[in-house]
Amino acid sequence: MLIKCPWCGDRALQEFSYQGDATVARPPEPADPADANWDDEWYQFVYLRDDPKGWHDEVWHHIQGCRKHFKARRHTVTHVIADTAPMSEELKGGDK
Amino acid sequence: MKKYSVFSLARNALDYHENWTEAWRSPEPKPEYDVIIVGGGGHGLATAYYLAKEHGITNVAVIEKGWLGGGNVARNTTIVRSNYQLEGNAFFYEKGMDLWRSMSQDLNYNVMFSSRGVINLAHNDAQVDAFQRRGNTMRLNGIDAEWLTVAEIKKRAPLLNTENMRYPVYGGLCQPKGGTARHDAVAWGYARAADDRGVDMIQNCEVTGMRIENGKILGVETTKGFIGAKKVGVAVAGHSSQVFQMAGMRLPMETHVLQAMVSEPIKPALDTVITSGAAHCYISQSDKGEMVFGGDIDFYNSYAQRGNYPIIEHVVTAMCELFPAFSRLRLMRTWGGVMDMSMDGTPIIDKTPIDSLYINAGWCYGGFKATPASGWCFAHTIAQDQPHDLNSAFRLNRFETGHTLDEKGVGSTPNMH
Repeated sequence: MLIKCPWCGDRALQEFSYQGDATVARPPEPADPADANWDDEWYQFVYLRDDPKGWHDEVWHHIQGCRKHFKARRHTVTHVIADTAPMSEELKGGDK
Repeated sequence: MKKYSVFSLARNALDYHENWTEAWRSPEPKPEYDVIIVGGGGHGLATAYYLAKEHGITNVAVIEKGWLGGGNVARNTTIVRSNYQLEGNAFFYEKGMDLWRSMSQDLNYNVMFSSRGVINLAHNDAQVDAFQRRGNTMRLNGIDAEWLTVAEIKKRAPLLNTENMRYPVYGGLCQPKGGTARHDAVAWGYARAADDRGVDMIQNCEVTGMRIENGKILGVETTKGFIGAKKVGVAVAGHSSQVFQMAGMRLPMETHVLQAMVSEPIKPALDTVITSGAAHCYISQSDKGEMVFGGDIDFYNSYAQRGNYPIIEHVVTAMCELFPAFSRLRLMRTWGGVMDMSMDGTPIIDKTPIDSLYINAGWCYGGFKATPASGWCFAHTIAQDQPHDLNSAFRLNRFETGHTLDEKGVGSTPNMH
């Protein structure tokens, strides 16, 4: 599998470390820290995943290269990568 | 069911083995069952068998989208062990060891269970301490464990290189009653024995939806139409997230691919199971003579049932370092299976928030050895509508309540267990 690092271009899989689902986001702190919903949001953030069979937005780390994190939209059945982008940018492509 | 025995073998030899009957029927689905098991792999078939045998529930169907035993029960490295430390795990897997020992007689099907011992190699002082502690814990729990010195390991596995520069062997923890079993026979044996007790095996029938009304499941939509059920148990390994999505549930797991491989067959060279957690390799020799080995998952989400070359290279490298003599063997076959990797490395056997819908999932890459205990406990959970003591730690809500069972102690990283 070749992965296109947004800064270094196509590089071999061995240079990268997988960092998981890019769609989960750390819950914002509520006004009241005792807010019970916050527990539930943290539970969902830490443990629950969509685990799609198809296009998956995920975080990769070019740990043996430029050491930058970036996002990739990869298909979990074909392993085809439709797009990669810096963390601050949106992913395009796939049928997502 | 025609009983398999030396006499039936002799009798069938007289007519050139042309009159053996099919091991199980292939009926059309009935409109309704007492229990539907989704997933005709090892765990689903074992569940159906124990529902019939232990709980007298025989109006049962096993629904499988492909063919029986075509998933992970056909793709594992056949290792059976119960060397767990946490109480929630230890007694569950030890129940499995009891069932493994009597399985061939119980099912009237030779699953070739071989207690050849499973040895975990220690490669440094810290691992020696950790493994000896594990062994002591196991013995306190009544599970067999034995510390082996380097000389004793050398005697058991003469071809093992114990003086490797990177991974020298300092000793090993052996579970003598662990071993291997003929994986396909486990699925076929359970299917045949369950069929004999009246369970219907519905193959090539994919579940496409779940009919749920007022929080209770009424049956499943399939490619062969709607099939009603009083209770539905789902045991679909790598596809749990997909099937439970039909019930509107998100699960604490991700699907990852694990590869395994075999060499060309050779004369008997290794009569035990050698594993090295540090080098990422476990290896045994099959009855056909192939060296069967595997290592880590591929570390990224995948439903592909095939992996990438870097992991194959990594596992082969580790195997050749442990057994330099095997570096001259040709690799015959590699394959992958998809695992539902739970967030704490421990499975789930439980009820769900939906009435009469039950879950058996999250086996990571340890599902094969658990097949009998999983089926036994899942059958109990379905029949009694509550978990058995043995699977009482495998709750679905344990992540929410903070009762995770993290044997490896690495936290909620599904690709690390």
